This record gives sequence, structure tokens and C-alpha cells, in this order.
Amino acid sequence: MAVVLDKSHRWRVVLAHIAIIGFICLIMFPFLMIFSISIRPGNFATGSFIPQTISLEHWALAFGFSYQGADGALLEPQFPVLLWLWNSVKVASLSALILVVLSTTCAYAFARMKFLFKNYMLNGLLLLQMFPSVLALVAIYTIFDRIGNYVPWLGIESHGGLILAYTGGIAVYIWLIKGYFETVPVEIEEAAKVDGATAFQAFRYVLLPIIVPILMVVFLLAFIGAINEYPVASILLKSTDNLTLAVGVKNYLYPQKYLWGDFAAAAILSGLPITVVFLFAQKWMISGLTTGGVKG
Amino acid sequence: MSRSLEKIGQQLVSAVVVMFGLYVVAKVYMAGQFILALICLAVLAFGVFVYTSSRAYPYRYLFPGLMATLVFVIFPIVYTFAISFTNYSSRNLLTFERATEYFLGQTYMVEGGQSYAFTLHRDGHAFRVRLEDEQGDVFVSPPLALYKGPIIVEANAPVAGDAPLAEPVDTKVLISYLPNLKLVSFQLPNGHLLSVTGLRQYGAVSKLYKANADGSLTNQQDNSVLTPNMKTGYFETSSGEQLTPGYTTQVGWSQYTKIFSDASFSQPFFRIFVWTVTFAGLTVLFAFSVGIVLAVLMEWEALRGRAFYQTMFFIPYTVPAFISILIFKGLFNQNTGEINQILEMLFGLHPSWFSTPILAKSMLLIVNTWLGFPYMMVVSMGLIKAIPSDLYEASAIAGAGPFTNFFKITLPLIAKPLMPLLISSFAFNFNNVMLIILLTGGRPDFLDTKVPAGSTDLLVSFTYRIAFEDSGANFGLAAAISTVLFLMVTVLSLINMRLTKVNAQEAR
Repeated sequence: MAVVLDKSHRWRVVLAHIAIIGFICLIMFPFLMIFSISIRPGNFATGSFIPQTISLEHWALAFGFSYQGADGALLEPQFPVLLWLWNSVKVASLSALILVVLSTTCAYAFARMKFLFKNYMLNGLLLLQMFPSVLALVAIYTIFDRIGNYVPWLGIESHGGLILAYTGGIAVYIWLIKGYFETVPVEIEEAAKVDGATAFQAFRYVLLPIIVPILMVVFLLAFIGAINEYPVASILLKSTDNLTLAVGVKNYLYPQKYLWGDFAAAAILSGLPITVVFLFAQKWMISGLTTGGVKG
Repeated sequence: MSRSLEKIGQQLVSAVVVMFGLYVVAKVYMAGQFILALICLAVLAFGVFVYTSSRAYPYRYLFPGLMATLVFVIFPIVYTFAISFTNYSSRNLLTFERATEYFLGQTYMVEGGQSYAFTLHRDGHAFRVRLEDEQGDVFVSPPLALYKGPIIVEANAPVAGDAPLAEPVDTKVLISYLPNLKLVSFQLPNGHLLSVTGLRQYGAVSKLYKANADGSLTNQQDNSVLTPNMKTGYFETSSGEQLTPGYTTQVGWSQYTKIFSDASFSQPFFRIFVWTVTFAGLTVLFAFSVGIVLAVLMEWEALRGRAFYQTMFFIPYTVPAFISILIFKGLFNQNTGEINQILEMLFGLHPSWFSTPILAKSMLLIVNTWLGFPYMMVVSMGLIKAIPSDLYEASAIAGAGPFTNFFKITLPLIAKPLMPLLISSFAFNFNNVMLIILLTGGRPDFLDTKVPAGSTDLLVSFTYRIAFEDSGANFGLAAAISTVLFLMVTVLSLINMRLTKVNAQEAR
């Protein structure tokens, strides 16, 4: 850039660096704290921020082992964190998979076919995705309560029900995939149809392989969305062994039973894998969205 | 050959699917839900039509997705509206029919009736009950599972040749099964109905209520009449006393009048509304301010190590929010929290973050800004990249400083495409129930309200508490507030769509 630099410019750069590093320290403070808390003994130990004695009790408990304290007392794990993580991963991957299948087929029809009410449906979907499900919580609770009377594995207290509830959030993904479909030239499928493929075969064997990147993106978005979802999960799941991570971890911090140290270890143990997936997905999602079907 | 096999396979699969659908319909119908069964049947028929008619071909791709939207998004919204016109709550949970059934199941002890000594005997995994009246006549029940009741079982005199009963169970076992036995009534051949009246005794009972043609119930004991009051959802005695359990009934607009005219509801409602708007507005303002400043810095080419900085700034966004919110909850804890320890050390301060309204509100804004700025930064960076750099070169030649650049070039140019994003961020935070429930739970609570409401409650966390945390579980009221919220969100969304459309047209 051909910009005239004056003397104060270098000072400004240095100042900016200092300000940025200061700000980074500020925003990273909670994470550094939580790490330090997870390795210092006891749930109430206060005092120095860099722990003098390092104890792995919270980590052992988080992994589900019991631990013998310094005074010889046996500490048992209070909550099944790894089970919660597994529940979360299970619910999130299954619901993301269903969302991908449903939204891909819908998006294909919207992008490539002509039918009645097409534009009304598209705009309706756009409007619907702006209503958060938390506004209909009472209805969702009642619906799954009733469903559970007939089909227990889809009712309250079931992961099946939660997965079904999440499949409703399909609208935003339909729009995303539809946009991507439109970047793929129609000629590719038409060529397949000329060669004798049916509409479904053209979709399944020609178009689908091209759009794998966007499907990965949608899967990851839906996966992360389901992992982070709190309100619906909190009303549908109640018993300790059934909870997802989002609903479970808050049990550590009840005022009557405040397990600050145990929480710290559990939070890192369960939060780190999700953070890594998110960071990985971030990179992936940007590249997935920028590479189209036709490469030059 | 393989093609025809494939076809047969397809037909088999569709046959199985249709059979399963019919099975579900039959099951729902048998459970007495006629309308629901009809809806299921209609959906099934529509499905069959879509997948067999060639005219409906595009709908084959749409059917599953649109069904999911219909059942789990549109239906709940409509259902929420419907619930808002009822008194559905934990006190008025049952349908009218189930409430009537409950009262008809009630019994009372017949005065001067016979009492029967009983013993409980094991029979494999089941149990049999042996009853003996004062004259020495013996009656024996069939084997009973003794799970949940309530049931009425016939007990008959033992027939010669029956297998003898096992030894009676001991008192401890008997006591543990007493709650289950209380649900079992015995019908004797002479027509007497028996219920448990003591640890070793059954007594003759009679049904307490008799149904009348007009839906009212007559108390057989004292001949008083219970009339169902369709306005309040309770059976009431002639003096107006309400009997539990109540039932769900239509109450018209009364939930809405409650919100807007009953002072004990409207007072907190409007206070919470003001805070909700303030919270969402300030969050967007703060997160955007921090985000845009960082975005401008990240686009400043003289700065080295920007890629690293950018990753660091992005981390708060990648950590699951439910974890970072709880981390802050612990750090802000008044007595053991690390933030107060630092403040104590440096300034001797000891703020009570969770019990002073203004501090609790500030804490929410701090945490939410921390959670929200990375998104604003990334979005702003994308928009700043699109600004042609010759504009800045021209302004540099004119001798403009960085502040002039920011306020005269950057901000005006990105304001328009940013507006829809800011509005959706506002709408999101307007309904940010997770932050409130996990961090403050809406507390500190107001002291002058009928329903629990707190100074940090958003409208949506207020409804969450009314429906799922308050012991009354007032679903009707919560649904009414949700409906009001739906209208507000609709207005926001329409404005947003309008702006997006205008932007798209100008870009052309």
C-alpha cells in the first residue's frame, strides 16, 4: 500500500501490539483460571492462582475413577461426565445425519424442480427458521409427553425424542444446500439423463458426489448446534444418566453442593474435544463453502 | 434379473413401511385418540400418494423434510397458540374425561359392612390374596402381578382341587407391598367391593360418586352434588369449593388479560420487557464495538502476527457456550470466585454479583459481550475486505488519520450490509434463554410479584421459569407470553427480511 508513513506510525504499531496482547490475556483469563483450578486440591481451596501443590484428584474423578484424598478419605466421582459426553455425541451425530438427509433431498427439489407453491414454501421456511424453538417449549414438552404414552422410546426422557425434536430445525440447511446446488451447472445432470439415468439416479450418482463438501459443512453445523443446544434438552431429559453434556455440567455448581474443582476438570475434559472439532470445522467450512462444483 | 430383484425389494420395503404406518394408526386409535389417528392416517395416505403418483414426483424429495418441519416446528407453534387459551397447568393437567374417571374411581367405607382378614401369598413371581370374613368364609384372588394399579379383581371361594397356597409372606414383605395392594379392589361373588382398610384387613367399600347425565357427580355418602365448572376447570361443591384434580378447559383471553391488566403480572412483565430490550440492545452494541475495533486492527497490514491474534480472538466462540457460561458463574462467585479475590487484592472491593440487580445485569453484559464479539469480528472483517483500498489511499493523501478513516469510510460503508446481521443478533439475544438460566437463573427475584420473576429475567427465561421451574407449572400463562414473543420476533424478522431484500436489490 502506497501510504505515506510518519514517525508516530511505528509507535502506533507497538501500542497496538501491547493493547492486543493485553486484551488476549483478558479474554483467556477464564481458561487459564479453570486449568489452574482443575489441578489444585480440594473444591474450596482458594489462595494462589498458580497452585503450590498439584493434585490430580479432579481429573481422576472426571475420568470416572475414585480417588484417595490426602487424608485417606475415598472420593467417588459425583457425575458421569464421560457418559454425558457420549450422550451428547450420540444425539448430535444422529440428528445431524438425519438433518443432512432430509435437507439435501428437499434442497434438490427446490433447486431443480418446478412444482406448486414452491416460492411460498421457500419463503415460509426462511421465516420459520427465525423462530427459536425455545418459544414453543411448552408445546414441544406436551407433544413428546403424549408421544411417549404410545411410543416410549420417543417420549420424554428418551434420546430418540430429542433427536426428533432437533430434526425440525431443517429450514436453514435447506437454504444453504439449495444455494450450493445452484452453483452446479444443470448440464451435468442433463448429460446423465441423456445417457439414460432417471431423475433419482442423476441425483444420487452424479450430483451427490459433487456436493459432498457442503454436506460435510451442514453435518458439522448441525452437530455443533445440537451439542450446544440447552433449552429443549433440559425439558426433555431429567434423569442423571440420560443427560446431555449441556444439561449435565451445571449440576456441579449447585449452591448446596458446589464442586468447583471437579467442575473445572470436567469442563476441560468435555469442552476440549468439542472446541477442537469446532476449530477444525471452521477451517473446513470456509474451504467447503468456497470451492464449487466446477473446478477450472 | 438383478433389476427385477431390486424392484421386488423396493416393493417389499414400501409394503413394510405402509404396514408399520397402519400399525401406528391402529395403536393411536385404540388408545382413544380418534382425531390424532385421523391425522396420522391422512399423513400416511398423503405419503402413499406422493410415492406412487408420478404427478407428485417433486414432492417425493420434499415429503420427509416438510413433514419434519410441519410436525416439529409449525405444529408446536400452532399448539402454543392453542394452549395459551386454556388453563393447562400442573393443577389442571387432566382432560375432563380423565378427571371425571378419577372421581368415579373414589370409594368410601360402607358403615357396618363386613371386614375381611387377609394374608398375602407368593405364587411364583406373582402374589395371591386370601380373604376370610367374620363367618369364616374364604375367598382367594387369582395370581396378581402387583405392579401399578388401580384395578378391580374378582375373588372367589376356593374350589376343591386347587393347588394349596404357599405360606403367607412375613410382615416386612407385606408392608412393602401395601402401597400396591391399596390400588387393588376385590369384587366378591355377593357383589361386595373390598379395599384395604388396615395392615391385615380389607373392608367393604362403595363407589363415592355416581355420574349424572349432565356431567355432574352425586356424592353417594351425603347426596351432595359436584358440578363441573367449565370456566375454572374444577369440580365444585354447591358452596363453590374446588376439588382437585382440576381439568384443562378453555379460558378464552383470560391469560392475556392477566399479562396486560392484572398488576401483579403486568408489573413484572413490563419491567422484564424493558430489561430484555436493553439487554439485547446493549449486547449487540458492546459485542459489535469490540468486534469492529478488532476487525479494523486485523485488517491493518503493518501489524505482524495477525493470523495468530485472530485465532486467539476466535477462541471464546469455539468453546461451547454452556461451558464458558458456567466457568464465569464460578469465577464471579461472591465468596470463592477468583474475580472477587483479584478485586479484593487490588482495590479491596467485594461486589455481590448475584444478589445486587445492577451488578447481576452488568455481569450478564460482560459475559455476553465476551461470548459474542468473535462473531462480530469475523463478520466485520469480511465486510471490510470488500471496501476498495483506493478509498483509504485517497484519504491518506488528504492527510486523514485512522479515526477519520474509521468514522468516515469504514463504518458508513459496512453499516448497510451489517444491519440484517445486527438485527438477527438482537433477535437471538432477545431470546437468549441459555445464558440467563445457566448464569443467574433470572435472580435476584422481585419481591412483589405473584409468579417468580427476577430482575435479570428475559421474557423468554420468565416463561421458561413459569412453565418448568415454578412448582405451579403454569403452561397456559407461559404459552400466552410465548405467543406475545412470537409476534415480537415476527416483526423483527419481517424488518430483517425487508432490509436483506433491499440490500440484495442495491447490490444488483
